[in-house]
Amino acid sequence: MPERELTFAQAVREALAEEMRRDSRVCILGEDVAEAGTPFKVLSGLVEEFGAKRVVDTPISEAGFTGVAVGAAMTGMRPVVDIMFGDFITLTMDQMVNQAAKVHYMSGGHWKVPMVMRTTLGATRRSAAQHSQSLQAWFSHVPGLKVVLPSTPYDAKGLLKSAIRDENPVVFFEDKMMYKLKGPVPEDDYTIPLGVADVKREGDDITLVATSSMVQVALGAAELLEKEGISTEVVDPRTTWPLDEKTLIDSAKKTSRVIVLDEGYGRYGVTAELAAVIAEGAFYDLDAPVKRMGAMHVPIPFSPPLEDATVPTEQTVLEAARSMCGNQ
Amino acid sequence: MNPVTSNPEARESAAGKPATEKDRWLHAYRQMVSIRLFEEQVNDLYTRALMPGLAHLYSGEEAVAVGICEALRVDDYITSTHRGHGHCLAKGASPDRMFAELLGKETGYCRGKGGSMHIADPATGNLGANAIVGGSVGIATGAAFAAKNLGNDRVAVCFFGEGALGQGSLYEVMNLAQLWKLPVIYVCENNQYNEYTHFQETTAGTILGRAHAFGIETDIVDGQDVRAVNKIAGGLIKRARSGVGPAFLQCDTYRYSGHHVGDINREYYRSKQEEQAWKSDRDPIKVLGSWLIEQRHSDAASLEEIWYEVRKEMESAVKFAIEAPYPKVEEVDQHVYA
Repeated sequence: MPERELTFAQAVREALAEEMRRDSRVCILGEDVAEAGTPFKVLSGLVEEFGAKRVVDTPISEAGFTGVAVGAAMTGMRPVVDIMFGDFITLTMDQMVNQAAKVHYMSGGHWKVPMVMRTTLGATRRSAAQHSQSLQAWFSHVPGLKVVLPSTPYDAKGLLKSAIRDENPVVFFEDKMMYKLKGPVPEDDYTIPLGVADVKREGDDITLVATSSMVQVALGAAELLEKEGISTEVVDPRTTWPLDEKTLIDSAKKTSRVIVLDEGYGRYGVTAELAAVIAEGAFYDLDAPVKRMGAMHVPIPFSPPLEDATVPTEQTVLEAARSMCGNQ
Repeated sequence: MNPVTSNPEARESAAGKPATEKDRWLHAYRQMVSIRLFEEQVNDLYTRALMPGLAHLYSGEEAVAVGICEALRVDDYITSTHRGHGHCLAKGASPDRMFAELLGKETGYCRGKGGSMHIADPATGNLGANAIVGGSVGIATGAAFAAKNLGNDRVAVCFFGEGALGQGSLYEVMNLAQLWKLPVIYVCENNQYNEYTHFQETTAGTILGRAHAFGIETDIVDGQDVRAVNKIAGGLIKRARSGVGPAFLQCDTYRYSGHHVGDINREYYRSKQEEQAWKSDRDPIKVLGSWLIEQRHSDAASLEEIWYEVRKEMESAVKFAIEAPYPKVEEVDQHVYA
């Protein structure tokens, strides 16, 4: 029998439905999550199965309902909040950074905050500067939070189930351009542990470390490089924290050349941290400085040719990799 | 969680056996004296340079925390503020572990990791003091959301000062609480000053008008009269517990000390005459003491005995904290993740 395929959105929805069936404490809070199923239709059908008490439409009050989720998580629920666009996490920062992330530590381990924030990232949807950012670096910077960046339908289901079962606040970023991407997803109840990287493609000449939306870009570039005789390894950390440093460093030692790709802003971003980890762990095995590729340091523009110029593409990655390998 | 308490009323109400009126108010008196003398010790620890950092004293506001917490069950929730020692004690926390926390010791409520502004204690339903003004309004509302969804008939009390009226998140959660009829009581302790600024300089309109806008049940009470606070809070808590919805209670009170222990010279924002008038005429402990004597529930000598006993208890709690060990440095990265 051929493997069952789901879209990324369907995989997210299946993970939520399975966890809500398994655990009556799991509930969803967010704007237009019930009958509307979110603007991306990721949650369609859930309110019909679980009812409006567990799939709860909120006012447009990101700080308010995120704060409610923190308190509800402390007192026996397992809330999953939906922040429609990743740009809106800015409205939740006090609740996530000063409250959710610190409650366990500040209370000497007495209170826990088992909640998940699902949100989106990614440009090229022609949505301009306030609906296109990839702000995963912000939460990755804060001790007490875990940050998950799935890149395939299979990973989305397994990682989201782990996030919901985790005893800590977990932020789960979904690439909104990837919701229609199809891939094999088992019907089983499987989980993927947080903090384990995945080698998406094995190779010998260069490593592309890529997150979320950039994994597909890296895999596309790897195909093109293969035709030029460059064998490319693609490593997906899957979580920026906890971070599987060993898999990244091992791959860097094996290929001796690394490009790090993430759709967040390049400056002070995820790529900087991953590049530093690799430089510290594999310096004497590297043939070239680790290269970072992220979003340009500009607000995401609306005009299509301008927007397309701000993010790494298969072509720009191909050129960078070719150059690093000495093939001009 | 298996809550225990040092609060006899909570134990008795849990057993369905109401205490006599005399016992109830003598207990409230002792609780208020405990807060007053706890804060005296905190100030003393600060001036003797035995306490790291600063603390924000609750002296003068005792009737609010005690009046409300005496109307709560031990398994009800509270969230507190940077000026939180009174709320923690009134909800049943032990002075020895609180002092230990203030000194950063291993035996403190948070193993020394929280300090004065972050005391939290699951055993007494204390979700934590919070050093962000208005920072706990979401947590309290979320606890009420969980109580309603889990069907355990608990209520949550959200203490905050009138300075938090400037924070937008308060209005977001009050809207949610009323829409969803959550069992949460927003208790606005109006101690007149947002840090160093009189609240009338920062607050347009009225305080209660803010909650009225959401259709939330509101009330206002003399926060120096513990019996009045307790009576009104009791009604609002009962109402919330029965599922009718949230309430907002304004308690007018006064902060005897500065914004924090280091705020000594305050005449640029308030006069010594004003401070003295509140202390002489409206002291919450004197108000209750006079009533206890008038009602012949007690006499001056018996009340004096309470002060003496509590003072001894506080001295021994301070000693416990001073002698307690610091946490081991290896603990610094524990409890980041559960």
